[in-house]
Formats: sequence, structure tokens, C-alpha cells
Amino acid sequence: MTAEPSAPPRPEQTDADFWLRTYRRFAGPLWFFAWSLLAGIILWLILDVEWHTVREFLFNDRILKGLRVTLFLTLWSMLLGVILGLLFGVMRVAHSSIVNGLANLYIWVIRGTPVLLQLFIVYFGLRDYIQPSWLGDTPFGNIPLLRDFNDVGFRAAVIALGVNEGAYMAEIVRAGIISVDTGQMEAARSLGMTNLQGMRRIVLPQAVRVIVPPTGNELIALTKNTSLVFTIGVFELFAFARQIYGRNFDIFELLLVAAFWYLVVTTVLSIGQAMLEARLASTREEAETRPLWRRALDVLNRPRLDGVGRD
Amino acid sequence: MIDRAPDRPTVRVEDVHKRFGRLEVLRGISFDVARGEVVVVIGPSGSGKSTLLRCINHLEKIQQGRIYVDGELVGYRVENGNLKEESEARIARQRSRVGFVFQRFNLFQHLSAIENLTEAPVHVLGLSPRLAREQAREMLSVVGLEDKARAMPAQLSGGQQQRVAIARALMMNPKLMLFDEPTSALDPELVGEVLKVIKYLARTTGMTMIVVTHEMDFAADVANRILFMDGGVVVEEGPPAQFDNPREPRTREFLRRVLQRDGAEEETEPDKLDVNGGSQ
Repeated sequence: MTAEPSAPPRPEQTDADFWLRTYRRFAGPLWFFAWSLLAGIILWLILDVEWHTVREFLFNDRILKGLRVTLFLTLWSMLLGVILGLLFGVMRVAHSSIVNGLANLYIWVIRGTPVLLQLFIVYFGLRDYIQPSWLGDTPFGNIPLLRDFNDVGFRAAVIALGVNEGAYMAEIVRAGIISVDTGQMEAARSLGMTNLQGMRRIVLPQAVRVIVPPTGNELIALTKNTSLVFTIGVFELFAFARQIYGRNFDIFELLLVAAFWYLVVTTVLSIGQAMLEARLASTREEAETRPLWRRALDVLNRPRLDGVGRD
Repeated sequence: MIDRAPDRPTVRVEDVHKRFGRLEVLRGISFDVARGEVVVVIGPSGSGKSTLLRCINHLEKIQQGRIYVDGELVGYRVENGNLKEESEARIARQRSRVGFVFQRFNLFQHLSAIENLTEAPVHVLGLSPRLAREQAREMLSVVGLEDKARAMPAQLSGGQQQRVAIARALMMNPKLMLFDEPTSALDPELVGEVLKVIKYLARTTGMTMIVVTHEMDFAADVANRILFMDGGVVVEEGPPAQFDNPREPRTREFLRRVLQRDGAEEETEPDKLDVNGGSQ
């Protein structure tokens, strides 16, 4: 969130200046591309990979089907995580120790146990609840977006990953809330708003700037964590890759295919996150006229000082 | 139970005690403010002036005593002779009738000036957004900021922000305005524009007000009555003229120090750093 130092005024611009400036602007992506090319060549040389097999399975039907499940699993889990995060994040800053204690318990348990174990607890331990007899085999029929929920494993996965995500989101929301000056809430209360109104209308909208960047990281981490659900028999990207190489033994090629798609998804998310951050920053800093994609480039290129992902 | 006599005071404070842990900040405060009266509270820092103001709006709880605004007990109900805190909704409703102006303005940073004004009328009083915007425009012109309606708080000077904050409080059509050191966070050259607005309110609208301030000239000018607080009690109280020649030695001592500081400031050249400072 730090402000970029503005360039000193240049009296005259020569061609050399132009090229230097252009280089500086694109140096990050340029070198990123150069290094990935080099890494690719090294992989090519030292690994015995049948590249035509990789190419063949890249757009394989099952792989694409798995990719779709991965995306929806991420989407639903994140949705649940954000809702729980907002709820428990607000509870975390409540004055009531009863409310506060409950939120603390949730965060303590969820952050203190492995997500894989939580997945198993929901799937095996709570099976009677996520697949009650009255629900039937396909309760969601063929409804386009909800179709996936017909699968018990998918339901268990969304619950487990969402509840897990909620604990991390709660801490992020809490950090966002306490970043907002306490005078804002006092002003809201002095105007006759209740605590909940002040939180929803005054504090949370201002907390968003602090909440968005780590939430992007969480979304990316969650995307990768969905690969764990093959253990409870949900067929997403990684599970389909495993299934395919289990038959044809092209293990490394299919792992590369899965890796490729995960990278595509996380890259798109990173770019989206950068653009969103750039947008949020611009409402605060005046006279920001550069196009969004260029500001997003700044966000992507800036040094990472805000810690690494949790896994 | 609720006294509805027509001549009831707008504010009645009875034997109010306030403790932060073991520190007793207010030690038995009592006074009345009549309708339309302007009471200025002065006193050294730490004397409990701001805390008193915050108690009147129930932004702070009290441990003992009673505070009535317009005849209604603020923040509490009496059960078996004991104070019991009221429901949040009721306290919120009570606060909506009292305007509070903060030392640090506390404008909603994510809303433009006009949105700051319309937020509470729309979402607390249920006013239609269109009507609220109309009223807000008028109110902004009252404080001389009709051209800043769409500005964000960060784009306004301190004095402008405080004037928006005053307008925001007035939008709720309060019975009482509380000002908590409204000019203390301002650069000296911006103090005048804010005081002018407060003076206008006092003179033209007849608003009932309690103002905590260090600006003695302003206090003498605008107040019907001045309270001098020290150590959590009201030491002296009376019309401004009384403070030209105060009865209490503590008041004399305080005024001497304040006037000395003001004098020192006047002698300092405006663009020169005041190294010695005044006793703040």
C-alpha cells in the first residue's frame, strides 16, 4: 500500500530516455519472461518428458472437467469463508467476552489443526449430517450452478474448506477493522447509529482496503488447497490427473498438465487482485490518470514485504 | 417518571461520578443548561471536561448520578433505585437527538462531504435520500461550503472538515449540540472560521450548546455561562463577566496561565517557530 515515489520532472526527452523509460517500466515482466524461458529449456534438457503427451492432455475432456470442479470448489468455499470471516471477524472485535470467546474458540481450533484432517472429519465424521437420508441422491437435480452439490464429497469439501478459510478470513477482517480509526465508530454512534449499523456502513467499507490484498492471497492459497479433496473422492483437476496417469503411467506429463492449469488460475487471480488493489489505491491518491493495467503492473512488480503465503 | 414540565432544563446533570478503573475523573458534577443557553466549559487538561461531554452523549458510562437531556434519563433506566444500562437501540435514539462535534472531526473518510451529511438522516431517521441531499446542500451553504459538496474529507482543510462535521451534526436537527474542543486540532489560522460558525449557531438559531474550549476570547464572547472545571469537579460557575475577576484562586491561577500563553502567541511572528511554546 506504500505510495510510489513520483518521477522527477524531466526537462527534455530524447529517444534514449524513451527507451530507458520503456525498459524500466517493463523490466519486471521482461526478466520474468526471460527466466521462465531459461527454466523451460533446462526442464526440457534434464527431464525425460514426452511433451506431445503433455500437449495431448492439456485440453483433455476430463482435465477440463476437473478444472471446472476446482474452480467451483474454490468459488463456493471462498464464499463461505468470506461470510464466516466477516461474521467471526466482527465478533472478534466485539466488547462482549461471550461473543469474543466463541470467535476465539473457532479460530483457535481451525487454525490449530491441519486442513486435511478437517476435511476427513467433515467427510467421515459428519457424514450423517451432510448426507441425511431424507436428502436423496441428487437433491440439486440439474440446476446449472448447484449441480456439483449432488456429490456428498463436494458438499463436505466446500464445508471443510470454507470453514477453514473462515478462520483465516476472520483474522484478516479483524485486522481490517482495527485499522480503521476508532473515531469513525464514535462519530457513527454519536449520530444515532447502532454498533451494527456503524460497523456495516462506516467501518467495514473503510476496512476493505486493508482486507482486499490478503484476501487475494487467501483465494490463491485456497485454489491450491482444493487439490487435497481427491482424498475424499472428489474429482477435481488433480484427481483427474491422477486417474489418467493411473491408467497410462504418463505420471510426470499429467502432473505437468495439472501444474499448468493451477498456474493459469493463480496467475489470473493474481492479476485480478493487482487490478483491484490499484483501483482501491486510486480513490485515495489524487491525480492518478494512468490506465488501470499499468497501475496493476506496479502492484505486481513491487517488492513483496508483506510476508509469504501460509503454506 | 419522566418530567415533562415545559420549563425543564435541556440538560440536567446530577452528581455524576465517572471512574476509569481506580482513577475518578468526574467527582460529583451537577449543573443545568436551560433551553437556548450556551455553556462553555473551561479548565486545565485532565480536568474531566471532555469526559463530561462524552457522558452527556453516553459515549462513556457513568458510575453514579443522573444525566437528563430534555427530561429523559440518558443511557440508563432506574430499577430498584439502581442505574441499569438502556438497550442499545434506545441509547442510539437518544444520541440521534444530540449533536456531537469531535476534536478530530471524525468525518467518514470513505464518503464525500455531502454523503457525510446525508448518511445518518437517511439511515437513522429514514429520510428519503433526495430530501436529505436537498437539506444537506442548504446545511453546507450555512457553513459556507456549498462548493465542497463532492469533496472527500482528505481533500478538505482542517477548518473545512470541522465545518462539515458541524453541519453533519446539525442535519439530525438536534436539541443540543456538544462541542469537544472543536478548534484544538486546527492550525491557528483556521480556528476563526470554525468559531464563526459556532457563534452564528449560538446567536442566530438559539441552539442549546455546551462547548469545551481553550479559546477564552471566544468563551467570553459566546457564553451565557462559563463552568470552570478542575480535578473532576466544577470549581466556579457564572456569567463571563465573573471570570474577569474570578472568586476562586484556582480559577485565577488557570486564567493567568492561559492569558499568559495567549499573550506569548500574539508576540510570536507568524512564520517563526514558537520554540518556547506556551504551557499546553
